[in-house]
Amino acid sequence: MSPSRRLAVRKTYKLYVGGAFARSESGRHDPVLDHEGSHVANITRASRKDARDAVKAARKAQPGWAGKTAYNRGQVLYRAAEALESRGAELADLSARVRGADGAAEVAAAVDTLVHYAGWTDKLGAVLGGVNPVAAPFLSFSMPEPTGVVGVVAPEEPPLLGLIGAIAPALAAGNTVVAICSERWPLAGLDLGEVLAVSDVPAGVVNLLAGRRAELAPALGAHRDLNAIVDASGDPALGGELERLAAETVKRVLRIREPDGEATAREDSLRRLEALTELKTAWHPIGA
Amino acid sequence: MTAPLERTRVRWDYSPAPESADHVRLRDAYGVFVGGEFADPRSGTSAPTVNPATEEPLAEIAVAGAEDIAHAVSTARAAQEKWAALPALERGKYLFRIARLMQERARELAVVETMDGGKPIRESRDIDIPLAAAHFFHYAGWADKLSYGLAGRDARPLGVVVQIVPWNFPLLMAAWKLAPALACGNAAILKPAETTPLTALLLAEICQEAELPPGVVSILPGDRATGAALVRAEGIDKVAFTGSTAVGKDIQAALAGTDVELTLELGGKSANIIFEDAAIDQAVEGIVQGIFFNQGHVCCAGSRLLVQESVAEAVEAKLWERMQKLRLGDPLDKNTDVGAVNSGEQLERIETLVAAGEEEGAVRRTVSCELPERGHWFAPTMFTEVSPVHRIAVEEIFGPVVSLLTFRTQAEAIEKANNSKYGLAAGIWTDKGGKAFEVAAALQAGVVWQNTYNHFDPTAAFGGYKESGFGREGGAAGLRPYVRVR
Repeated sequence: MSPSRRLAVRKTYKLYVGGAFARSESGRHDPVLDHEGSHVANITRASRKDARDAVKAARKAQPGWAGKTAYNRGQVLYRAAEALESRGAELADLSARVRGADGAAEVAAAVDTLVHYAGWTDKLGAVLGGVNPVAAPFLSFSMPEPTGVVGVVAPEEPPLLGLIGAIAPALAAGNTVVAICSERWPLAGLDLGEVLAVSDVPAGVVNLLAGRRAELAPALGAHRDLNAIVDASGDPALGGELERLAAETVKRVLRIREPDGEATAREDSLRRLEALTELKTAWHPIGA
Repeated sequence: MTAPLERTRVRWDYSPAPESADHVRLRDAYGVFVGGEFADPRSGTSAPTVNPATEEPLAEIAVAGAEDIAHAVSTARAAQEKWAALPALERGKYLFRIARLMQERARELAVVETMDGGKPIRESRDIDIPLAAAHFFHYAGWADKLSYGLAGRDARPLGVVVQIVPWNFPLLMAAWKLAPALACGNAAILKPAETTPLTALLLAEICQEAELPPGVVSILPGDRATGAALVRAEGIDKVAFTGSTAVGKDIQAALAGTDVELTLELGGKSANIIFEDAAIDQAVEGIVQGIFFNQGHVCCAGSRLLVQESVAEAVEAKLWERMQKLRLGDPLDKNTDVGAVNSGEQLERIETLVAAGEEEGAVRRTVSCELPERGHWFAPTMFTEVSPVHRIAVEEIFGPVVSLLTFRTQAEAIEKANNSKYGLAAGIWTDKGGKAFEVAAALQAGVVWQNTYNHFDPTAAFGGYKESGFGREGGAAGLRPYVRVR
C-alpha cells in the first residue's frame, strides 16, 4: 500500500486531570478551527465540575510535589524541557498548520522557559529567604514555601509559551496547577499534557482544562480551595473579576498583563515566583 | 521445663560483592586536553596512574609542561570572550548537558574513580558522582540568574581561571571548581591531581560530547611542578586551589603583588564535639562517618573527637566496637567501608604521624583486620589519652585515624575546638537546640554540622576559616569567587 493511501490515525484531544487523559464529565465538545476556518479537531469541553475535580487532584498531589527536594523538582522540570524539545518539530508544525504562526520560535522559547525555571527550584531559598540578624539571642530565618494550589488562565496567544510562562513559576516554587488552556488555540496546551505525562511530573501536579474561558475562569476564581490564581488572559475585565473573586478567600493573584514574548517569562521570573510563594520565618533560641 | 534448644552456630559473613569494571574502556594513554582536543604533551613526558589497591598501572598520563601551559592559557583566553558573550541561558544549557552526561555515565565514572583513587565504590557511586552532577545542574541554573545571586549587581567574569584539585574527591572537586567558573562566563584550566587524573580526563570527553566550545575547558594533568608553573603562568586572572595548607601558602605567596585573584580550600583538623546529652548511638555513627569516610582523606574530616568526660567512656567503648565492624578491603567491593590509601606517599605520612602519636604518649588502638597483600592500606585507628599538644591532635593526618580528647564544660569544648590553626569544619552532637546554635556561633569553622557530619550539597557554601583557606564553594556564595561585581 502506498503511503499516500494510508489513512491517518487522528488524535482525540482530552483533558489532562490527575495524570489521566479524560473527556469532560459533561460529554460536551467544541470544534477547533484553523486560521482559515476549517475544522481541525474536536476538543472535549470542560465543565465547572471538571474544574472542581482538577482542583481536587491538584490538592492531593501538592504535598508530594512540595515535599520533593528542590533539586528533584528541578530535574523533573528539566526533563519536561527535554521532552518538549523532542516534540518541538511536531508542535511547531501544528502551530503553523492551525494558527498560521511561526511555531518553531514559540516552542524554542517555551523549552527555554522551562529550562530557566528548572534552574530556579534550588535557588529560591537563597534569593527570597535568608537569616535575620534579630536583636536577641535567636536564630531567625525566613524561607519561601509554595503557596499551594494555583489556578492559571492562559492567554489566547501564544498558546504554548503563554501557558508555560504561567505554570512554570508555579511548579518551580512547589505548587500544583490547574490551568485553562487558550480557548481559541487549545491544542498546543493539551499536547503539553502528553509531554508532562512522560516527564516524571507526578500525576495531579499539572491539570489542563480546555473549553470556554468565560465558564471556567470564574469557577476557578471562586473556588475556595485554591490558594492563588495566575491571570494571564490579557483580558482586563476578566482580570478584575478574578481579583474580586479572589478577595473572598484572600487568594494571591498574579497578573501577567501582556502576552509572553520570547524572553519575558524569564525576565519576569522573580515577580512570578514570589507571588506564588509564602515566606515562613522560624525562630530558634541560641543558648539556654 | 524443656531443655534449652541445641543451637547451631551460624557465621553470618559477607560474600565478596565486587562491582564489575568490564564496561569501563580506558585508553592506554591520555594526553593534555586543550582546545577541545586531546593531544600529546608538548613537554613530551608522561607517567602512569596507578590503582592504589593493586599497584597496577591503569593508563599512561601526560605530564603537562611549560609549553602546554602557555598554549592552554592562550587558547582559554581566545575562547573566554566568546563564551562570556553567549546568552547566559545558552551557557547554562551547556552545563545542563554536562550534568546529564555525567548522570548517564555515572557508573563508569564511579568505577574509574574507585580504581584510580582507592575509595570504596559505595562512596563514589552514591556520593562523589551524583554530587558532581548535581553541582553542574545547580550552577547551570545560576548562569542566567547571576544578578539574583549577587545582590542584584552586575557581574563580569574574571577571565581565565586556573583550578587545581586534590586526589581525595577528584571528579567532585573538579565539578566544584568548573561549574561555577563556567556559569559565570570564565574559561577554565583544570589540573587534576597527579595520582587521580582519570575522571577529569573522562570529564574532558564529556565536554566533547556536550559540544562545549573548544578552549572553554582545558585539562592539564601533571605533577607538582605542573601545578607550581600553572599558578605562576602569564596571563591568568584567577587561581582556585584545593589541597594542602603548605601548597596553599606557597601559591598565596607566589601571587602576592600580582592582580591574580585567589581562593583557597586547604587542610583541616576539625573538631567533632560530643556533649553528654547527645544521642550516643547516633553520635557514634556520626563519628565514624566523620573520620572513616573516604579513609579519612577528607579535608573536613572530624579528626579531633572532643567528648564530654561524663560520656567519654561510653563513647570510646561504643566507637571501638563499631570500628571493628568496618570492612576494609577491595574498594570495588560494594560492602567495603574503608578502601585503599590513595598513594604510598600518603601512607607514609599517616604512618609517620601515627608513630609520633605513640612516641608522644597517646594510646593507640588499631582495628585488627587482614590487609590485602598488595596496595596501600591503613586500618582504622583510634588514639586515646591524647593531649592537645600532641602532633596527632594538631597536624592533619588525612587518614583513618581519630584522636579522642575530652572536655568538662561547654566553654572548654569551644576553646579546645578553636585551638587550631585550621578552621574548616566542626560537628556538634547534642539534643539541646539552643546549645547547638550557641556552640556553632562560637566555633571558628566554615561549616558546622549539628547532629550530622560530612554532608555536602551544591546549594550549601563550603570553605574555611583561618589556615583552612578563604573563599566559598557552593550556592550563591560560590559565584563570587568567579565574578567581578560592579
